[in-house]
Amino acid sequence: MEKAKRLDDKARPKRPLQAWFDVRQDRLGTWAFALNRLTGIGLTVYLFLHLGVLSLLAQGPEAWDDFLELAHHPLYLMLDVILIFGILFHGLNGIRVALVGMGIGVRSQRTLFWVLMGIGLVLLVVSAWLVFTI
Amino acid sequence: MPEKDIQFKVFRYKQGQDAPVYDTFTVPCDEDTTVLVALQAIRRDDDPSLTLRHSCHHASCGTCGLRINGQEELGCVVRVLELGTDTVVVEPMSNLPVISDLVVSMVPFYGVLNEVERPYIRQSEFMQQADTPKGIEMYTRYENCLECGLCVSACPIMGSDEAYQGPAALAAAWRVFEEPRGNDPEAALDWTDHAHGCWRCHVAYECTEACPSDVQPAEKIMSLRRELTKRKLGRLFSFGR
Repeated sequence: MEKAKRLDDKARPKRPLQAWFDVRQDRLGTWAFALNRLTGIGLTVYLFLHLGVLSLLAQGPEAWDDFLELAHHPLYLMLDVILIFGILFHGLNGIRVALVGMGIGVRSQRTLFWVLMGIGLVLLVVSAWLVFTI
Repeated sequence: MPEKDIQFKVFRYKQGQDAPVYDTFTVPCDEDTTVLVALQAIRRDDDPSLTLRHSCHHASCGTCGLRINGQEELGCVVRVLELGTDTVVVEPMSNLPVISDLVVSMVPFYGVLNEVERPYIRQSEFMQQADTPKGIEMYTRYENCLECGLCVSACPIMGSDEAYQGPAALAAAWRVFEEPRGNDPEAALDWTDHAHGCWRCHVAYECTEACPSDVQPAEKIMSLRRELTKRKLGRLFSFGR
């Protein structure tokens, strides 16, 4: 059988990024999907930033001390909290996707999502408190 | 309930046009007015060039799939006043090419189903013995899927991966696996076992949310994954079928 051909949509050229964020009001699915992509991209960017920051060690103690001073600024600490949010959301939603993909919780995936997000929220609050108090 | 004037912001596009536009029409609606009926009123009273698809008016044929206020719905069963908005935005389904106004080409949709070489409407094993009226050779049993395309429109992956088989076709493949009727269930699994098959789904569940016929495509895709995982593990440890 001949493979199905996709047809060009002259009225609506493909915009994949737009498709990612085509959230449907109160529906959960695409919100979770879009946030997963955003946090995934964010974490990838962070990985390279992190490697860049670590490379300061090669520039001697002064460079590292300057960075530590910056790292204690409240705005920087806020970035830490955003990072923890990204890790928690991406990781916990990933657990949902993996479980459902293995046939676990297929019918109750929405509940599974909210339970995992509840756990994530608790961990986020505790982490934020630790970030700003330690 | 008295009639209320509702504004309809309707997606318009004709072949050769540079870009789509939205035309606004006012339609008096009562509690029974559906979006499809309102669109027919627009075509009858305001603009006969408005193109739309429909047939049965009772959610059986699946031809009036639309995006209504951004959500995939069958226009024939959505009551306008129940939407609760003074303006109703009506657009064609996403992820299928627009032919004219609200009509999209279903060629990519049916093409993938044909690719499976597994007919979606199959001869019934249960009704073959039943008496049939004169002139009807035999009954066929219809699967739940209306082939409306709403799941394809709602799927966020369809918008970014043109090679993705899509929720309707994957659900069809699962039906073949769970009820082969002479087909090879393993071949159905094989057909979905690649990067643009059941593994491409990102578990947004929009297809299941959008489906008006309770096909639950997302659950079927997860079932395909489960079976494929079992099969792969079985082969890995040599206790597979």
